[in-house]
Amino acid sequence: MHIPDGFINIPTAAGFGAAAAGGVWYSIRRAARFLDDRRVPLAGLVAAFVFAAQMVNFPVAAGTTGHFLGGVLAAVLVGPWLGSLALTVVLVVQGVFFADGGLTALGLNIFNMAIVGTLGGYLLYRGIIALLPKKRPATVAAAGVAAGLAVPLAALSFVLQYAVGGAGGASVGTVATAMGGVHLLIGIGEGLITALVVGAVLASRPDLVAEAPKVKVMAHG
Amino acid sequence: MDRRLWWFLGIGLVVALIVAGVLSGFAADDPDGLERVAIDEGFDETAEDHPLADSPLADYAVEGVEDERLSTGLAGVVGVAITLVVAGGLFYGIRLYGKARRGKEAS
Repeated sequence: MHIPDGFINIPTAAGFGAAAAGGVWYSIRRAARFLDDRRVPLAGLVAAFVFAAQMVNFPVAAGTTGHFLGGVLAAVLVGPWLGSLALTVVLVVQGVFFADGGLTALGLNIFNMAIVGTLGGYLLYRGIIALLPKKRPATVAAAGVAAGLAVPLAALSFVLQYAVGGAGGASVGTVATAMGGVHLLIGIGEGLITALVVGAVLASRPDLVAEAPKVKVMAHG
Repeated sequence: MDRRLWWFLGIGLVVALIVAGVLSGFAADDPDGLERVAIDEGFDETAEDHPLADSPLADYAVEGVEDERLSTGLAGVVGVAITLVVAGGLFYGIRLYGKARRGKEAS
C-alpha cells in the first residue's frame, strides 16, 4: 500500500508528513528512555526482516496481491516506539533506493504504516490482550488479530488522505469500500504471518520479546 | 553481549536474507491492494513517475541483471543490508542520545 507521488496533493502530503514527523520524533524520545545495547541490533534485525517480508506479495483475489506490513509484529517484538521507527526506516529505504512509494508521498506512507499501522495496531493489540489471560498462546493470538486489523486500519488512513487531498475523481465512499474490502483480505495473511513469527520467537527466545507474558519467578528458599 | 543473542541475531538475519533473496523471486506479480483500487476507481493515472525510477535498484531489480529472479533476489539482499545499516545506525544514535540525556538528568 505504498502511495506513489501524485495520488494525494502536495499540501495534504505536507500536512500528513508533518504529523508523521511528529510521531517519529516522539517515538525517538520514548525509545531513548529504555534503549539498551541488546535492543540496538535486535531492532535493526526487525527492520531488516520487515523489509524482506514486505517484498513477498501474495495473491488475495483475482488479479490482486497484498504484502506484509509488519507494524504490529515489530511493536510486539521490540515495543511500539522502536517498532514505528523500524517501519519508518523500511519506508525510507524503499522510497529512496527502490522507487517504491513516492518521495513527496513518503510522509503519507510513514503516517499510514509506521504511525497508524504500527502505533495504532499496537493499541489494538493492547486492547485485545487486556481481555485475555497473560499466557503465550494469548499473546500470539492477540498479535495475529491486531496485525490483521491494522492492515484495514492503515488502508482507512489512506482513505482519509484521499478524502482531504486525493487527485482522483472517484467518490470517497467507493474508495473506502474498495480499500477496506481488499485490505481485510490482506489482513488475514498479515495476521497469520505475525502469529507465526511471534510464536516462533516466543518459543525460542521469550526474553527478547517486548510483549512476552511476564513469568512469575518462583522464590527459592 | 551474550553469545546466544548473537546466535539468535545470526539466524534471524539468515531468515531475512532467504526471504528477500530467494522467496521474493516467487512473489505474486499482480497489483497490490492500493494499486488495484486505484485502477478500478480510475485514479491510477494520477500517479507520477518516481523521481528515482532510474536508480540502479528501482523496482527491486538490479540494473543489468537479466534473470528476473536473480535480479529481484540480489536487490532483496542489498535491501536487507541497507535496512540493517540504516536502522542499526539510527538505533545506535538513539542509544547514545538516551545515554547523554540520562547522564544530564542524573547530574
